[in-house]
Amino acid sequence: MDFSQQLTQYLLSGLATGAIYALIGIGFAIIYNSTGIINFAQGELVMIGGMLGVYLLERWQVPLFLAVLLAIVGTACVGVLFERLAIRPLRQPTPLSLVIITIGGSILLRGIAMLLWGKDTHALPSFSGDAPLAVAGATLLPQHLWIFALTILLITATKLFFQYTITGKALRACAVNRRAAGLVGIDVRRMVLFSFFISAAIGALAGIIIAPLTMTSYDVGIMLGLKGFCAAIIGGMSSGIGTVLGGILLGILESLGAGLISSGYKDAIAFIILLLILFLRPQGLFSRGESERV
Amino acid sequence: MRREWFKFALYALIVLLAPLCVNGGYLLNVLVFVGINTLLAVGLNLLLGFAGQISLGQAAFYGLGAYGSGVLTASYGWNPWLALVAAALTVGVLAFAIGFPILKLKGHYLAMATLGFGIIVFIVFNEYVDITGGPSGLPGIPNLTAAGMTFDSDLKNFYLIWAVVLTVVLLAINLVHSRIGRALRAIHDSEVAARVLGVNARLLKVQIFTCSAVISCIAGSLYAHTVTFISPASFGFHFSIELLTMVIIGGLGSIYGSCLGAALLTLLPEMLRTFQDYDIVVYGFLLVAMTMFLPGGLVQGGGLLLSQLKRLWPGRGGNNA
Repeated sequence: MDFSQQLTQYLLSGLATGAIYALIGIGFAIIYNSTGIINFAQGELVMIGGMLGVYLLERWQVPLFLAVLLAIVGTACVGVLFERLAIRPLRQPTPLSLVIITIGGSILLRGIAMLLWGKDTHALPSFSGDAPLAVAGATLLPQHLWIFALTILLITATKLFFQYTITGKALRACAVNRRAAGLVGIDVRRMVLFSFFISAAIGALAGIIIAPLTMTSYDVGIMLGLKGFCAAIIGGMSSGIGTVLGGILLGILESLGAGLISSGYKDAIAFIILLLILFLRPQGLFSRGESERV
Repeated sequence: MRREWFKFALYALIVLLAPLCVNGGYLLNVLVFVGINTLLAVGLNLLLGFAGQISLGQAAFYGLGAYGSGVLTASYGWNPWLALVAAALTVGVLAFAIGFPILKLKGHYLAMATLGFGIIVFIVFNEYVDITGGPSGLPGIPNLTAAGMTFDSDLKNFYLIWAVVLTVVLLAINLVHSRIGRALRAIHDSEVAARVLGVNARLLKVQIFTCSAVISCIAGSLYAHTVTFISPASFGFHFSIELLTMVIIGGLGSIYGSCLGAALLTLLPEMLRTFQDYDIVVYGFLLVAMTMFLPGGLVQGGGLLLSQLKRLWPGRGGNNA
């Protein structure tokens, strides 16, 4: 394999992981925009999506696509429960208490997952076989295509949802100004609950579609969550194209770094980028001044 | 002030008498770790409880102290005390340097940035095998020595480490009752208001961050010389969360609260052997439950309970009379 082929290979696999980071990042952004909370438990929801999928498939022999669907719905319910049980009852939410409670919640979810499903690493079967395809000298798995397709589909769907449906518009109103949104009759608390529902569902999907490639276990949530957060930060916490570009940029840099520099430091790359962005351009790479929300 | 001295004397007395109450060598060993964790929790509480700035990267400074001391003594044959001071100075400079950009961030962003820093350091411990020994660890770290005595038994280490702990607790109590302590609390309540009143909030936040990093670093050095073998697993994200739980349980902004939290979270898992696998569930639950129901921690909870009892007491006395 010559260098250009190698490069294509890195780009393609970076694109696929980048798409996953983008989805997770969008989950962060949706909750952040409607509540001002960075949900530390987002990564755990991604893990729960994958693990629930594996569990349904292995233990109950549910057909693959039904298992995927059920896992997404189940995770979304976990997200809703999390909001109802941990976030909403907080009497005087301060930024510090919200940080601590979402961290506590994420540890709790991870612990429960460990108790329920054990410490083993599981793999979900690929959605449509493992026969590799050759693209410009590089190999591509069918699962990569699924990831690309589902990511594009989901991002288009969220865009349309925020643009054209009444609930989507209400969520955007909450993002601009929660009090004003309340004044024009939007049920802000329901919107907050709903934003947890959507981002848990998106996170779960991300967790499921990556599981056939990278395996999944009870402790994958923290890394995936942090990298998704990194994507969202690069994108300036928008739930649109900014975060998608952020995720893809991160995925490709990571894959190039792992391939060309050192695979051991692969994970460090994401965090160095995260720190640099936070230090130098906390509003994100693609926005000028006040970043666009939702 | 006299009350503070009384409280400190009481705490010191409990600490000094503790080895007499445990007859087993094993429990004494656990008490040594209570001391190390108390140092770490007090250091974090100065930052989190008083200045209101969260750090999820404390384990990184702790690890840098341990690896600094470990590598300098085991691989390069430095004097352990010199290595401890060198590590503390280096970490101090590092914390001061990254403190300025990192503490510009607030709330969730600060948490994420410190967490990211912690993970980078953790990855370096694992990957820089030539220096750190990688995941399999770094053996052969010598014990500390002083005046011809080697600190090689649990009892000797107990007194050494708790002497450091008591000094740090005393300094911390002094600090929080000084002008600086009041300025820190002012930053916690409102940074803008504190700045209006002439507090140099940015510098002060960085200074307290550095201070807590150096305390963690010293704790790390002491840990390395006590156990004589270190591996990256002790300095991961999980340990930062454990420290956070200690501080939250004890009570934000209470030095003795952190002492209590550190003691509880170090002793409990040792007492309940079955606890082992459930510890992350318990930490998560404690963090959520404490934040929801008892944001002031056990110390405040105890105070509330006491005042409730006091209110009940004369009432009951009145009925009887």
